[in-house]
Amino acid sequence: MALDVLIVDDSGAIRKILQRVLLQAEIPLGKVYEAGDGVEALDALKQHPVGLILSDINMPNMDGLQLLSAVKSQVTTKDVPMVMITTEGSSTKVMEAVSLGAAGYVRKPFTAEQIKEKLAGLF
Amino acid sequence: MTHEMKVAIVRDAAHSVFETMLGVTLKDCEPAREENAPVHTDGVVSLVGLAGDWAGTGAFRCSAEMARKISGLMLMQEFPAVDQDVLDAVGEITNMILGNAKTTFEETLGPMGLSIPTVIYGRNFTTRSVGRSEWTVVPFELDGGSIEVQISLAERMQRSPGSNARDRLSTVVSVEA
Repeated sequence: MALDVLIVDDSGAIRKILQRVLLQAEIPLGKVYEAGDGVEALDALKQHPVGLILSDINMPNMDGLQLLSAVKSQVTTKDVPMVMITTEGSSTKVMEAVSLGAAGYVRKPFTAEQIKEKLAGLF
Repeated sequence: MTHEMKVAIVRDAAHSVFETMLGVTLKDCEPAREENAPVHTDGVVSLVGLAGDWAGTGAFRCSAEMARKISGLMLMQEFPAVDQDVLDAVGEITNMILGNAKTTFEETLGPMGLSIPTVIYGRNFTTRSVGRSEWTVVPFELDGGSIEVQISLAERMQRSPGSNARDRLSTVVSVEA
């Protein structure tokens, strides 16, 4: 079954790079949706249920941790794995993401292999 | 936090970003310490704010040609002009370099917030930080072109509530006709 993915990052460059990495990853990739912040992501999730969310933390309007909290509090999305991909590397932020239910945490800058390894561990 | 420590942290972060995301190695050049914010005249400048018990500004600066080159390396495509994709890529490079530097700064200076980057492209503009500050300027060379990462960090004075607006708004951009 194809896996639809939502990429959330305020940088179009990072969204483009992650799309490329997903195409190379050994997952049955379906549709890839994009959002520029947490608010856009929640709107996208209402219209397009997905099986995986890759999200930045430091974004305008609604950051990635607020989005994670919202995703995990909704019945329709609480079981969707959400991987944080961010420059935020402090142990406080990592612990906060893990405690909110993040399925993984990858620090920018990242290699394609790091993302692929993280996804391989999920599916 | 000494000038030398800031230089080492910024260099580490910049090398990591360029080697991991762009597949190229930067050549270190002689760093400098400046009493006032460096003045820019043209090209691409990306600014981020740092806020916490220690606060300040970080900047990434390069020519338009270099901005197109590094964006092309990052996104694996050619950019004939500085467009939104180029500015976005430069902003993200800034975010990664100064975000990683921030994580290291936090080990000794305490928690800090990092703002979303603001990227400026044009000619005959200057940037100026409000208030006195010392800047650490960390230059690099890539294929004969230059890149600079600049950072200014200072411990915030304890003041009465509402009196620290100057600390929050730290950089002003002006343009000459």
